[in-house]
Amino acid sequence: MTRADRADLHTLTGAYSVYALSGRELLAFERHLADCEACAQEVRELRATAAKLGMATSLTPSPVLKDDVMRRIATVRQDPPRVARSEPEFSGGGAPPRRASRGRWQNFALAACLAGAVALGGVAVWQNQQASDARDTARRSEQQVARVEAVTEVLAAPDAHSRNAKLTNGATGTVVVSHALDKAAFLASGLPKPPDGRVYQLWFSDRGTMRSAGLMDTADTGTGRGTAALLSGAVGKASGVGVTVEPAGGSKAPTTDPIGLMSFPAG
Amino acid sequence: MREPVFIGGPAPRGPNLEELLGLVARGDQNAFAALYDAVSGSVLGLTRSLLRDPAQAEEVTQEVLVEVWRTAARFEPARGSAMAWIMTLAHRRAVDRVRSAQSASDREERAALLNRTPAFDEVTEQVEARLEREQVRRCMQGLTELQRQSVTLAYYRGRTYREVAELLQLPLGTVKTRLRDGLIRLRDCMGVGA
Ligand SMILES: [Zn+2]
Repeated sequence: MTRADRADLHTLTGAYSVYALSGRELLAFERHLADCEACAQEVRELRATAAKLGMATSLTPSPVLKDDVMRRIATVRQDPPRVARSEPEFSGGGAPPRRASRGRWQNFALAACLAGAVALGGVAVWQNQQASDARDTARRSEQQVARVEAVTEVLAAPDAHSRNAKLTNGATGTVVVSHALDKAAFLASGLPKPPDGRVYQLWFSDRGTMRSAGLMDTADTGTGRGTAALLSGAVGKASGVGVTVEPAGGSKAPTTDPIGLMSFPAG
Repeated sequence: MREPVFIGGPAPRGPNLEELLGLVARGDQNAFAALYDAVSGSVLGLTRSLLRDPAQAEEVTQEVLVEVWRTAARFEPARGSAMAWIMTLAHRRAVDRVRSAQSASDREERAALLNRTPAFDEVTEQVEARLEREQVRRCMQGLTELQRQSVTLAYYRGRTYREVAELLQLPLGTVKTRLRDGLIRLRDCMGVGA
């Protein structure tokens, strides 16, 4: 790195402190931050300043919100203290995040690691597509955006594991599960349009008993694009996920043989 | 109307959030309830400023507070105050949400964005919040126009500095320095220590 580049990096403290850096620049600055105490100090101060800007907008939340939060935390297991080398959480202070700060792009990078060698799996296709679509999210419906976020959350979970499978119709399916979130996502590439009047239905397998996990939005099927869905319902003790073709509206129990069955990877 | 001027660091008031966070890290739900009372209004205000939609803002507020509970043990006091940690977290989560939904071709919105004031005017009975707001308002007035616009677009609208440059039709380097200069000026005006 030249001296000019380095001088340039010092001036990114402001943008970094308000989360206004992205992509390569963000990574470069975080690397720099790790061994530039002057910048680390300035980031600490500017973040404290930014916090004040946030506090100035304070509102009074409804009491219901507190009830909801208190109920939720009662069931959420707490992370252990920071251990060296495995650091998924962004640090609020001056030090750089070691890994994902959960921005869109970082999530995709993370998902890429997750997908690993199985580059043709649903995850890789889907995330590429999300990347190329990132600049025209305006054209998406609220619902689609929400779905992308829900799936991304699962992909980015620190304990996410995935399993790929070839489906009987030639498509590749990937199931990603996070037991910490108690959620699973299904991604597919090359999924053909279902026959007329039919839909793809997802199922959790509870020791062989199939529990409906919702229908897939088929808007992206038959286009060669990736498709993703968050399975509805909690993972619970399910051992895997199945996909069947069902009459429109879905079925209470599968009425056809699955086109794919994927068991969850152990731990 | 005369507003109090803050000199030096923040006045000690309310519960000690770092201590509370330490208790929360050990699973103390009562401590979490107290922490909630101290920070939820700020978290909600910020997410609401960024997201505008009240339902989404509440949702993100919930997520942030649950995350605080989950990751309390990872808070490191040496790296900044508990409030800064929580607000940074809230800002990131809300901005992620904004970015996942925002249009890239909204240059026309520029004027609208700049004219929309953050939720400064919402009613809140918390005196501290009001003082905080007056201080920020006063300090923001001390910025140059470009500094103020850069800080506003980046912090309250969740724009990257590249987007800010595009919106304001300024060179990247200019926005980079205006943003930093603006924040530094605010830091000095508000007497923020690390
Ligand atoms: Zn530096």
